[in-house]
Amino acid sequence: MTAGRAVRVALYGALAALYALHQDAWFRHDPRIVLGLPVGLAYHVAYCVAASLVKLAWPAGLETDGDAP
Amino acid sequence: MTLAVLVAYLGCVLAIGLVSHRFFRGTGEDYFLATRTIGPFVLLMSLFGTHMTAFSLLGASGEAYRTGIGVFALMASSSALVVPAVIFFVGTRLWAVGKRHGLLTQVQYFRARYESDGLGLLLFVVLVALVVPYLLIGVMGGGLTLTQITGGQVPGWVGGLVMTAVVMAYVTAGGLRGTAWANTFQTLVFMVLGAVTLAYLLDRLGGLGPALERVAAAHPELMVRGDAVPPLKLLSYTLIPLSVGMFPHIFMHWLSARGAASFRLPVVAYPVCIMIVWVPSVVLGVLGHDTFDDLRGPAVNSVLIRLIEHHAPDVLAGLLGAGVLAAVMSSLDSQVLAIGNMFTQDVVRHYGFHDQMGERQQVLAGRLFVGGVLLLTYLLSLVTPTRIFSLAVWSFSGYAALLPVALAAIFWRRSTRAGAYAAVVTVAVLWIWFFSVGGDDPTYTVGGTGVMPVAVMFLASIAAVVVGSLVSRPPSEATLARFFR
Repeated sequence: MTAGRAVRVALYGALAALYALHQDAWFRHDPRIVLGLPVGLAYHVAYCVAASLVKLAWPAGLETDGDAP
Repeated sequence: MTLAVLVAYLGCVLAIGLVSHRFFRGTGEDYFLATRTIGPFVLLMSLFGTHMTAFSLLGASGEAYRTGIGVFALMASSSALVVPAVIFFVGTRLWAVGKRHGLLTQVQYFRARYESDGLGLLLFVVLVALVVPYLLIGVMGGGLTLTQITGGQVPGWVGGLVMTAVVMAYVTAGGLRGTAWANTFQTLVFMVLGAVTLAYLLDRLGGLGPALERVAAAHPELMVRGDAVPPLKLLSYTLIPLSVGMFPHIFMHWLSARGAASFRLPVVAYPVCIMIVWVPSVVLGVLGHDTFDDLRGPAVNSVLIRLIEHHAPDVLAGLLGAGVLAAVMSSLDSQVLAIGNMFTQDVVRHYGFHDQMGERQQVLAGRLFVGGVLLLTYLLSLVTPTRIFSLAVWSFSGYAALLPVALAAIFWRRSTRAGAYAAVVTVAVLWIWFFSVGGDDPTYTVGGTGVMPVAVMFLASIAAVVVGSLVSRPPSEATLARFFR
């Protein structure tokens, strides 16, 4: 497997993992306050940051065919 | 004083549109796509400002007031993952094809890719029809904001009319460049003022912790996702942000990008931008119970504005109200421009009316069409009691279910016009059916299972495009050579 392909597979894996992590059954009925917010909300705020970080790691040139980033 | 601040704000936005007119190069590509010169920051602000509307402020806070914090997972964090992915996988490719072939509209792309005039016309009708509820959200939200924030000085029908007129004026003057600039300004305004609103109102409520404790004591169900958002509903809601791949106004902004690299910032920053806008909306929506505990039905849309009006002094209320107007207008303008562009390019020019009409008459025809759509929307806004959140979900669901048509066009060489027809007709029929059954019920899911109609429509759309394509003749080699390299 080439380095580029390995990165691609890792990123797709990270996207799939993020998609799965969106289904937060573990906090569904949890009313605790974490970082000043209900934990169910704090979790999804952190999730937004994680989604941004995954995309930050997205290398230029992936999926490009010469025309797109 | 509040009214004066709002009028000054509307004047600012109008001025931006008029100034941008000085940069107009006199061509259709410049008017509709700013000659494809939009860089990363303005592209991010345009895309984000266009996507976020009254839905994200008034609708989200209203839904949080009604059902609690679960609304953030339903729409915000799912969008944080899905929307940038769609921009990356779909938007960049369509931008590249659009630039290569000089495309100006979404319909032009599908008509050429699927070798069908009829499909283009059908898509034009469906895409414009689905934009009406989206426009309705903006007109209703703008009217509601102006009425509420001025303490009834400006009636709802006047508010909606004034805002629509301002948008028409600067879109007409500035085209996409004016719209992108105004969007950038307005997106910054509503992001900053959203944070200011949250900080100010939390201070007035005695701090986040105590306010949450009071609401939790009276309404513990609002502090958890709980039964308001069961797992199947949460799962099927993740399909709704796919709608961004089929919005005509988002497509238009994709085509305006200066280069492929312009997409990188929007892809990376989108999730954080969503968080910045939605956290204040959801938190304040829940905390609305601390001040008003008796809002029901469409009145929940106004909880954020009521909080501002109740707690903020005159000038600040005007500024915060301007933030809401900014979110509303930054969507309305792109929608207006996109459907005007589609009508001019895909109907007037494509069907040869330009032979009988001068340039000015074509532009007039486009404006009359937009005016007609806005008039219809405006009249509907006077009689529609639906909650903003529900209305948005129906509109987004329709667009999301059409995405397989675009995905097949981009990624599947074997996809054909018959498959695309089958998918569009399937989605249209299912959408009308589901809307007739559950349009009035904000808790509607398919058969009470928790599955949102978008999931059924999306899967049916995939099946239709696959089966329709496999049983029909493949596209011509010339078309494949044009769209696949």
